[in-house]
Order: sequence, then C-alpha cells, then structure tokens
Amino acid sequence: MGFINNSKFRAVVVLAFIVGMGLANQAFSQEVVDTAGQAVDTAVVTAADTATVSDTTAAAGGATAADSGTTTAAAPAAATTGTAVAAAEESGSTIDPQVYMNFFYGVLLVFLICVLVGVIGKIIQIYELTRRMNGKDTTLYARNFNAQLFVLALVLGLYGVYWSYVHHGGQAFRAAVTEHGKSIDNMFIITTVICTVVLVLTHIALFMFAYIYRAQPKRKAYFYPHNNTLEKIWTIVPATTLTILVLFGFFTWRSITNVSEEAKQEAILIEVVGEQFAWTVRYPGRDGKIGERNYRLTTPLNGLGIDFNDKNSWDDQLGSEIVIPVNKPVRFQIGSKDILHSFYIPDFRVQMNAVPGMKTYFQFTATMTTEEMREKMDDYNYDFVMLCNKICGGGHYNMQKKVRVVTEEEYTAWLNEQPYFFTEDLRKEFQLSQATDEQEDAKLLAQAN
Amino acid sequence: MSSIASAGTHGLEHHAEHGHHHESFWTKYVFSQDHKMIAKQFLITGIIMAVFALILSILFRLQLAWPDKEFPILEVLLGSKWAEGGRINPEFFLALVTIHGTIMVFFVLTAGLSGTFSNLLIPYQLGARDMASPFMNMLSYWFFLGACVVMVSSFFVESGPASAGWTVYPPLSAVPKAISGSGLGMTLWLVSMVMFIISQVLGGTNYISTILNLRTKGMDLWKMPLTIWAFFLTAIVGLLSFPVLVSAVVLLFFDRSVGTSFYLSDLVIQGQILPNEGGSPILFQHLFWFLGHPEVYIVLMPALGLTSEIISTNSRKPIFGYHAMVYSLVGITVLSFIVWGHHMFVTGMNPFLGGVFMITTLIIAVPSAVKSFNYLATLWRGNIRFTPAMMFAIGMVSFFISGGLTGLYVGNSAIDIHVHDTYFVVAHFHLVMGSASIFGMLAGVYHWYPKMFGRMMDEKLGYLHFWLTFVAAYFVFFPMHFMGIDGVPRRYYAFTEFPFMEKWMSVNVFITWSAIVAGVAQIAFLWNFFSSIRFGKVAPQNPWGANTLEWTTPVKHIHGNWPGEIPTVYRWPYDYSKPGHHEDFIPQNVPFSETMSSNLPHDFEGNPEAERIQREWELANSPQAEKETE
Repeated sequence: MGFINNSKFRAVVVLAFIVGMGLANQAFSQEVVDTAGQAVDTAVVTAADTATVSDTTAAAGGATAADSGTTTAAAPAAATTGTAVAAAEESGSTIDPQVYMNFFYGVLLVFLICVLVGVIGKIIQIYELTRRMNGKDTTLYARNFNAQLFVLALVLGLYGVYWSYVHHGGQAFRAAVTEHGKSIDNMFIITTVICTVVLVLTHIALFMFAYIYRAQPKRKAYFYPHNNTLEKIWTIVPATTLTILVLFGFFTWRSITNVSEEAKQEAILIEVVGEQFAWTVRYPGRDGKIGERNYRLTTPLNGLGIDFNDKNSWDDQLGSEIVIPVNKPVRFQIGSKDILHSFYIPDFRVQMNAVPGMKTYFQFTATMTTEEMREKMDDYNYDFVMLCNKICGGGHYNMQKKVRVVTEEEYTAWLNEQPYFFTEDLRKEFQLSQATDEQEDAKLLAQAN
Repeated sequence: MSSIASAGTHGLEHHAEHGHHHESFWTKYVFSQDHKMIAKQFLITGIIMAVFALILSILFRLQLAWPDKEFPILEVLLGSKWAEGGRINPEFFLALVTIHGTIMVFFVLTAGLSGTFSNLLIPYQLGARDMASPFMNMLSYWFFLGACVVMVSSFFVESGPASAGWTVYPPLSAVPKAISGSGLGMTLWLVSMVMFIISQVLGGTNYISTILNLRTKGMDLWKMPLTIWAFFLTAIVGLLSFPVLVSAVVLLFFDRSVGTSFYLSDLVIQGQILPNEGGSPILFQHLFWFLGHPEVYIVLMPALGLTSEIISTNSRKPIFGYHAMVYSLVGITVLSFIVWGHHMFVTGMNPFLGGVFMITTLIIAVPSAVKSFNYLATLWRGNIRFTPAMMFAIGMVSFFISGGLTGLYVGNSAIDIHVHDTYFVVAHFHLVMGSASIFGMLAGVYHWYPKMFGRMMDEKLGYLHFWLTFVAAYFVFFPMHFMGIDGVPRRYYAFTEFPFMEKWMSVNVFITWSAIVAGVAQIAFLWNFFSSIRFGKVAPQNPWGANTLEWTTPVKHIHGNWPGEIPTVYRWPYDYSKPGHHEDFIPQNVPFSETMSSNLPHDFEGNPEAERIQREWELANSPQAEKETE
C-alpha cells in the first residue's frame, strides 16, 4: 500500500512540476512573442516616421499585435489593414502586459491552492499510516467525521436560513399596494410558513439521522422495508395541505383574472405597448376608449400604428409616464410592437406578458399613492416602477417606465397636460392617405365600370 | 479476450474472426458499440460540456457582481467584439446565459446523466450482455457529440451564439434584427437541438426495449432496482416529449428561413414592418413546454433513481417503500405531461387554463413529497457509511427538498404573478433540477466509478469536493430567492439602472465569489476523476457491498459483461441487513435456499412449496432442535 501511495505521490509531484513548467514556459513564450511583435511593430512604426514613440508604448503596441493573433475578433482587422495606422488605432485598445501577469498570478494561485490541498492530503495519509500501525481503523473515522460536519452544517445552515429571512427577507419583502396584491401576499405568507416548517423539520431529520445513524462496526441496520400506515400518512398529509393551497390559490387567481363585464366598464383603460427597449403609454382621452392599432399603419410619425379611421383614437393621449389614480380600478391593455416583453410592477403584484399580435389585460386597484409609499418607506426618492420581465435583447435590463399613483384630482390635472397622439403632422399624413385611398377607389371603380 | 468467454451468446459476431475478437483502437474507444464504453463516452463528453457551461456561468456572474469594472483579460479571451474594454457586451451576456442553460439542461443533465447511467446500468443491473441495439446506441452517442460540437461552434460565428434564452421564445429567436444572436447562431442552435433529439430518441428506444426484453431470468419488473425504474420511465417521458420539441424547432426553422408565420404576427422590428401574419408566439411556448416540463423530470428522475440505490446501499437498509417509490415515479411520469402550462401563467394564456394547470402542478408535489419522506425513512436507523457517493446523495435529497418546496410558490398561479421570471424562479430550478440532478449525477459517478474504470476514486478529495460544492451551491442560490421576492427579473445584464436593486449589489458579489469557489472546487473532482483512471487504487469486485448484478461482473471489462452464464435473479435488490443473515447484504443472484436463516414469509410471494421447505428448515434449525442434538 505504502509503495502505491508513494508512487502516487511521486506522480502528483511530477505532474505538478510539469504543469508548473508548462505554465512558466507559456509565460516565457508569451514574452518571446511579445518581443517579436515588438520588433515588427517598431519597424512598422519607424517606417511611418513616428520614431519618437518610446520603447514602452512600442512594447504596448507589440502586445496588441501579439494579441491580434490570439484574439479572433481583432485578427481580421489587423489582417485587412496591416499598416502602421492600424497598429496605432489598435493601440487605442491596448492590453497592458500586466493583464497577462495578473491572469498568470491568478492561475498560479489556484495551482498553489491545489498543491496545498495535495500536501494536506499527504499529511492525512501519513496520519492514517500511523493509525494503521497502531492498529486503529483508517476508513471509518474519516467517514464519520462527515457525520459531525453534517451536524455543524445543520446548525450553521439553520442559523443561515434564519439570518437570511431576517436580513434579506426584510429588505426584499414590501407589502403589496394593490387590492389583489394583498391576497397574493396572504397566500405567499401562508406558503412561506408551511415551506419553512417543512424545510426545517426535514433538514433536521436528514442531517441528524446522518449523524445518529453513522456507521458503527458492530451495529446492523434495522431491516425496515416498508410501513403502509406511515406511507399513507405522508401521502395524505401533503395531499391535504396541497388541496388547501390549491383551492386557496385557485380562488385567488380567479378573483384576479376573472374580471366581470361591469368591473371592466368601471375601470380606466390604459394601453401600454412595448418595443425594444421602451414603453409607450396611451390614455384613452375623454371618450374612455382606446382606438384600434394596425401594425401595417406604422410610420415614423405614427410609431404605434394607430388606426385613425377609428375615431376613438382621435383623442388618445400620450402619457409621459404611467400615472394612475389611487383607489380606482385601472385596466391595462398590454401590447407589443416587436417581440415578447412583460409588463411587471413588483410593488403592485402585477405581471402580464406583452405579446405581438395579441392584446393582454391586467386589471387592478392601487391602494396607496406614491407620496404615501415614500412616507411609509421613509425614502423620499422612492418610486414605483414598471419593468420589462421577458428577455428582449441587449437593452432588456433597462426597459422601464416610472409609475406614479396620485389622488384623483392630481390625476385629472396631469392628464390634461398630456399631448394627443393625433398631432397636426399626423392629421396631414392621415388625410393624404385617405386621399390616395379615395383616388385608388375611384380608379378601381372606373376600371370596374 | 478469448472467444470462450462469450461463446454461445456472441457466436455470430465471431464466426468471421476464427475465434479471436480483434478490437482496434477505433472500434474499442471511438466507434464502440459496447454499452460500457458508450457510457464512458457520454460521461466524459458530459463532463467537458459541464466545465464549459460552468465557465460561461462564471463569466456572466463576473458581469453581475462588478458591472462597472473592467476585466481586460476578458477582451483577450473573448475578443473585442464581445468584451470591449474588458466588459461583457449586453447581448453577449444573454448569449452566455442562453448557452449555459442549454448545455446544462440538455447536454449535461439529460445526455450526460441519462446517457451515462442508462447505458452503464441497464444491461449491468438487468443481467444483459449489452443493449438491445448496440449500433443505435453508438449512433446515439455520435449524434450527441455532433450536437455538442455544433452548439459550441456557434461561439465562433460572427453574429455570436443564440441569445434568446434557453427557451428560445420567438419572435426574439426568429428575427435576427432583434438580436444578433438570432442570426446564424440560432440556426446552429436549432441544428444542434435536432441532432440532440435524434440522439435522445435513439437512446430512449434502446433503453426501453432493453428493459422490456433483455432482463435476465428471474428479473421481473418488481425485482428491478429503482435506478432501472427511473431510467425506464425517463426514457418513456423523453420518447413522448422530445419529438414535440422537434416540431417546435422545425416550425421555428421555417419561420426563420423559409418565411412562414407559425409564430409570427404583427411585427414591426426597429421601424420595419414584417410581412408575417397570423401566427402566435404562444404556440411556440405550448410546444416548447410540452417538452420543457417533462424535460425537468427527464433530468431529475435518473438522479432520483441513482440516489435511491446509493442511499439504500450505504445506509445498509432496504429502500423504504420500494413500491411507493415506483408508484411515485410513475405518478411523476404521468403528471409531468399535464403541467406544462404553469410556465405560461402570465403569457396571456386563458386564465381559466392557468387555474387548471395550477391544480395539476401542485398535485405533482405529492409523489415528490412521498419520495423525500421515503429517503428520510431509509436513513432512519441505518448504519450509514459516508462514502463520497452517499454524501452527494444526501446533498441531493437536501436540494430536492429545499428546491422542491419553492415549487409551491411558482406552481401557484396567484403567487407566480409576482415571482414569474424573477430570480426566485432561478433559485427554484437551480436547486431542484440543477443542483439536485448534478448531485445525483456526481453521486452516481463516485458510486459506479469502480465499475466504469476498475479503480477507486480518492475518498478524501471526494469529501472536499462535496462540502465545497454543497455549501457554495446554497450560498449561490439561497439569496436569489429574496432577490426574486423583491422583484428583480432574471436575465438582467446589470442591476445598475434601478434604485431598488442597488441593495442587491453586495449580495451579487457574494454570490459570484461563491460561484467561483464552487467552480474551483470542481478541480478536486476533475483531478480525482481523471487521475484515478490511471492511478486510483484497483477496485475490488464489489467495493460497496451492494446487491445489484453489476457487482457480480469481473472488474476488468469484458465484452458481454459476464464471463460465463448470466446470473439468475432470485430476490429484490434491497436485502440489506436482513435479520438472520451473517452479512449485511444479500446479492440478487443468491437463491433463497442459500439464505435459509434469513428468509421471511413475504419473500416467497405465496409459493406454497417454498414456504413448506422453509418451515421444515426452521423446525429443524430452531433453538430447541439444536439443544436436542447437543
């Protein structure tokens, strides 16, 4: 055994040495390439009559030239131009040789940690050899050490969960400020209580069983293949709990999504349309109705493709932000111009995807104005925010719209200041299109006749 | 290898070679049709892909932790297009997230897990010489490898790899103008996925037909180890659901390349009106999740099967409630097909449908709960040996519970309104299907390594690997729950644009450091894995004292697995610590006649003849009888 271990150890050391040499070699070869690049580069630089460039910058340029070999994206640029100008431009994004050194040090650090672990492993092996010489067991003690670690993991883990609940949970959870949000919060809290109890109990069982029933040389496990009563209990108990959760959840869900026709009529209708990476908010104007959109009518002026043949659209207003009155039901009609987006207001417990070619809706009633929320939060810059919650491209992480909840008077006052979609320019465009349509109609008629 | 060893069963293969079975390097290691070699090929490919996907995850974690910092080395590694000035480009960030997810879900946890262990264990544990169709099995691996190569190659195309998320929802994935990754990279993603599905279908057909047809004498379905049950049901789920993904992928391919409008309608991309009309993006989501949700169980069930076997073996106790374990697997299999809508509660699907899907979703928690409790009951009063495999199996149970519980939040459509597509979901599935499955897989690797390579892995390194990974995984994913509750969406490139996310910046740094530790900890595994192939201690035939048939095969692999006749199976695989027997395990191929002292009435399944013999023996060997003879 000892021989095997020994030869293994030797193998480890040799491998470590080889890897180390390899790394060192690479570092050296890097330098060689660097200097080569430097030589070429200096030559080019001299040719371009910029001999004043100091050695250090030339070295930096050399690094870039060397890079462009390894960096795929940079390679074509260097290949196509290949002049001093290119080199000069390249040196704009020069990579400091220090970067390679840092990387090398990082790799070295990891390598050293590995060697350290290997050394500790050797020490443990020597310890085990002495144990074996003293006639003590060499596998069980190490295995059962893990049983103690499980107890430690349990204690620290439970404390960690507690700490996380208090600390992270405290900063994460804000009570909903909508009517339906309160019932979601209730469900959330009930579920959290159930889950936490189950999490703690099962983990105490899992890790304590691991500790208590760790292997003992003389003990034999208890042959206990099944117990139908127990199995029935732990089928029926979760099933009952889940039934309660399901029913509760189902009715909550229905109450949120199943809005009666009267309730729909009462609510203020607001349209939100997403596109990469912005939202457009459309208020219905005096008639309370939002005009139809047709994506084929989209022009630079008419970004939403509003169909002005529908007279409901003539008084639609463009909202600079989402402003809604407190304690009044609002119904959002959610759409998308291009790809999927998602209309998500965390504080309101509101989320609905924006789907191109399909209208989706979410109706809710806010119960707290922004001012009240700020006072409650004790943060006078706090704002509700609507954010995109469906991957939509490079700007996905910043596709937002401020949401303000205000009193009814403030809402009316604000709304009066919002511009109409149907501007002068659009009117002209619309009339023009009408005219051409009429001409075409006339032509068609003439042909038919 | 002499032909005598496998004569009779493989006469056909040998007739042309006059008694000698020549294996060249190519037929042995590359184009192998031997299930053991194919398993190793799957495993090593899976490990390589896992390391690749792990590195991708570290890259985007760096971005999330230090969004304002420059890492010039990234520009060196990734090029100035994707990491100009050492800062990852937002679209490339999405590509990293996408490919990380795709590789982990499909290539590591589906092919790497099922491919490895189904191939290895189905013939071994059932007592078969090989798979039903070895050639198909080989094809399955090669299609998988091809899929891997195509997927990785998408990093080398100019427009970058697919970046629409691993769910590749159109229109984002269908319109190259919307994101550059939806150009050639997306095409490669689709091609890779089709190859992958072909591999899965070939593999799955093979697994099912082997399990149904090639069981050894005495191995009836209720004597199969839970591993086999898990692989069997997984293969069925895969065979029924993967083809649906093909249809989704093919339609998407048509939309992208032929100009159809299955998923597209009413699009104005960056001011340009597209001609597509009449399609619906929701259709894709239905098709995708019809696979996508069963896929979760395709990933999880093999891990559960491996864990059952390992926990039972190392607790030296029969698995508690074997029948209940099988029925809960069957329950999960059936239910997994009717829950897909819970991914779509807020997509604009009819809200009534959401209610229905919520009910089915929460029902699936019952069999999962039964399984967890059965694991705990198996540990109770065991004699637990903490082999590295056992550690990972315990870790798997922990993740399965902690991640499964949050399923009660996201499966509840009312709560899902709030946490859908946030970090809460990220935490949920990374624990329950990410960590739990990868721990099940690692447990399997540690446990069956002696069978695969004939050598033992180092236990101490195994412990180091376990503890670092276990703790780091919780450190990474547990805080994410709270970010989700606060409303932080997933797939955000930076948390810098929203005041309410600022408080999570420090948490992000913590998570990233934990992820780096977890990543570095895998070196312990990789070193252990690859060095033990050559330098590990030579394994004994049955190192864990296990009951299943694979441990009756010789340590050195031979073609056809068993040198002589295939052993006959007499008992279930979980006779551990049976009272009255001198050892704490009785392998499946030991007949009851050799274990008279430990037989229980239940063992004979009502066979009157056997019961009579047992009664007579007990009478003859009862303590009084002994006294009389004395």
